[in-house]
Parts: sequence; C-alpha cells; structure tokens
Amino acid sequence: MRNLLAFIVRYHFFLLFLLFESLALILLANSTYYQRSVIQSAGNSISGKFYASISDITEYLKLRRTNELLSAENALLRQMKGVSFIKTDTSSFWIEDTLYKQQYNYVVARVINNTVGKRNNFIMLNKGKRHGINTDMAVITSNGVVGTVINVSENFSWVMSVLNKQTRISGRIIKNNQMGTVVWNGIDHTTGTLTDIPAHVKIAKGDTIVTSGFSYIFPANVMLGTIKDFRVEQGEHFYVIPFRFSVDFNSLDYVYVVRNLLKVEQEKLEQSSEISGDE
Amino acid sequence: MNRLVPKNIVRFLLLLVLQVLVLNHIYFYGFLNPYVYILFILLLPFETPGWLLLALSFLSGLVVDLFTGTLGLHAAASVFTGFVKPGVIKLVGEKPEYDSTTQPTLKEMGFKWFLAFSATMTFLHHLALNFIDVFTFREFWQTLLRVILSSVFTLIFILIIQYIFTSRKEKT
Repeated sequence: MRNLLAFIVRYHFFLLFLLFESLALILLANSTYYQRSVIQSAGNSISGKFYASISDITEYLKLRRTNELLSAENALLRQMKGVSFIKTDTSSFWIEDTLYKQQYNYVVARVINNTVGKRNNFIMLNKGKRHGINTDMAVITSNGVVGTVINVSENFSWVMSVLNKQTRISGRIIKNNQMGTVVWNGIDHTTGTLTDIPAHVKIAKGDTIVTSGFSYIFPANVMLGTIKDFRVEQGEHFYVIPFRFSVDFNSLDYVYVVRNLLKVEQEKLEQSSEISGDE
Repeated sequence: MNRLVPKNIVRFLLLLVLQVLVLNHIYFYGFLNPYVYILFILLLPFETPGWLLLALSFLSGLVVDLFTGTLGLHAAASVFTGFVKPGVIKLVGEKPEYDSTTQPTLKEMGFKWFLAFSATMTFLHHLALNFIDVFTFREFWQTLLRVILSSVFTLIFILIIQYIFTSRKEKT
C-alpha cells in the first residue's frame, strides 16, 4: 500500500496527464451524438447568442452579395412561373394541382458561425427547434448543397458541413445518370471528391454532379458541383473524381433548411420491408 | 505569486476572446487557422505545480472547445501541451536564476530562448491537435504540412503579442 502511494506521488504528473487526456478523448469520442447534444445545447445557447450578435454586424458587409444572389434566384423562379410561358400547343391544358403533393418545404436561416479550414467543419444556424428544424434535415443554398443538420437547440441548429470527414452524399452525374458517393478529403474547401463511379463509364471535365435524391434527406437534383479532373488508381475499378463545389463555403450567409414532409412515411416503409424481409 | 493569479486570469480571458472572436475566423490560404490561446499555457510561471498546469491546460482547451463545437479536441491537445511543457523547458535549457514568480516570457528569458521554447511547444500542440482531429495516419503528409504551416502562423501571432505586451510593460 505504501509502495502504491509512493508510486502515485512519484508519478503523479504523468498519471494526472493520463487522466486528463483520457477524459478529453472520451469527451471527443462520445461527443458525436449524445454528449454533444447535451453539452452543445448548453454551449450553443451561450455561444449562439454571442455569434448571433457578431453576425448581426458582419451581415451588413455581405448585403451586396446577398442581394445579387437573391435577385438571381428570383429571376430563375420567375422563369419557372406560369406567366412566363406561352401556350404553343392548344390541345394541352393545365392540370389541377391535386395530383401533386408537396414533399419538401424550406426554412430560411442565417449562418452565424462557419469554418472551412478544419478537417471536420461545422456550421451554426440562427434557427432551431422553435422554427421547425430537426436533425437529419438538408441544408442548401440556391447554389447547391451545404450540409446536414446534426443537432438542434431551441433557437439554434448545428450543421455538419459537406467539408467533413463523415460526409457521404449520394451524387449523380447528370449526363449519364451514374450514381456515386461524395466525400471530402480535407485541405481545399473548393474541391470535393466523387467516388464509386465504375471505371468503364465515360465522363468528361465539366460534367455536372447533382444529388441523386436517393436519401431521405436531400431532394433530388440539387447542385453539388462540376468535375475538375478524374483518374483511376492503379488496380482499382472505380474513378476518383475531384470536383469543384458549386457552393462557396467560405462566404455562406443565408441558407435553406429542407424539410422532407414524407420522410417518416418513407422510413416506415423501408423499415417494415426490412422486417418482413428478415423473416 | 499573488499578483500573478489575477494577471493570468486576465490573460486567459483576453486570449480566449481574441481566439474565439477573431482568430477562429481567420484562414490563411483557406485552411490555416492560428491557435494563439496556447500562449496562456506557455506563459504560466515556471513554478506552477504539475497538477495545476494540467488542470488549467485542460480547462482552457475545454472552453475553446465549447466555442468551436469540437468537444474534447482542444482539451486533449492542450493537456498534451501542458504535459510536455516541463520537458521542453529542460530541453531548451533552464536559466538557473529564476524564482517562483518568473514567467517564461520574451522579456524575461530573451528572444532566442523564447523562440525555441514557443516554436517547440506550438509545433507539439498543433501536431496533437491535427492528428487527433483527423484520427488516422492515412493522410500523414497532408496533415503534417498543415501542422507545420499553421504552427508558423501561430508562432508569428505569439511573437507579435509578446512584443506588444513587452513594450507596454516597459512604459509603466
């Protein structure tokens, strides 16, 4: 016993180091979901207010750019409206919209904290549970995909940016409908990587990549980016395709949070089929 | 010693505000983020007891974590920094004449000593931080490049801050 005490006293510095270090690592390892949500929600409400007031100021500096983006989007939407079309075919007629059921609806939010320089980047938005935002909702801008909501507090939400090690987004090359997975491998916030495209498929620089819509999170056909380059590693059967993000992650301001209104139904169907498949 | 406690608390708060409000938003070349808050750990007096050094390192890292949303990451890196500090001081070479109130500052220890000391400490901190963040050796060279480049930027900031504080102290 005395030896043990002597040992502890002699090596207390090292033992304490081990203690603190493992405490920190445990926090880090567990903070992915549960602990993060508890502590982060508390932290969010402090740092969130903090960042909100900072971004109240910096918002003014971005007004010009925000306006440009908004008017560009307005123009696009106006193009899609009925009044900008003329009927060329007199036999066609408008179908009453009861055939369409709305699947997605959009909440506008402002980015109040954002990083691009780390290996794993996150974004904080100034809206939360109160505004109908929940985890696993997509975050996009008029330019393309931004990330996924991973945690919400009452007034703020925490978004995993596409610029993250854990990012896996189902993407599609428009030209030939080929499906792949979008990942980000660090360093450059303008470039992502599309993988899992078989090497026999013909692709070219400049081809457009959009979301496939095969997840319940992202709507289909949201822009991801354009192909910059492609190569096949030796002995592999799949391309590695670096592409330029259509979103400039360094200047995010206003974003849309996408709510999939039919998600519960879709998930239920998948779950019930899995259960019956097991039997 | 008593005068040093409030001084270190004020320094901690100032560095934290600087880190969270300004430096966390600065990116050199798009991906280099300076972490100047470690200056707090660097400047703790020589005679700080080991347990206090580790506890304060942990605490400062944790507070930064709360604001960057990476719970445990900065804490782990800071504790590591606190742990290696006595070793680095030994390595760089101790000055025999310091007493309990001496701090490892630029003014008290001289430029050459401080540069060697802070460069080593910064590099070790960034090394731990980035490798814990990435948590794989697969992208080893890429991560190492990031470590080296961001260490340089942090070091520049640390030296600038030290010079500003030194000149102010000489006036009073």
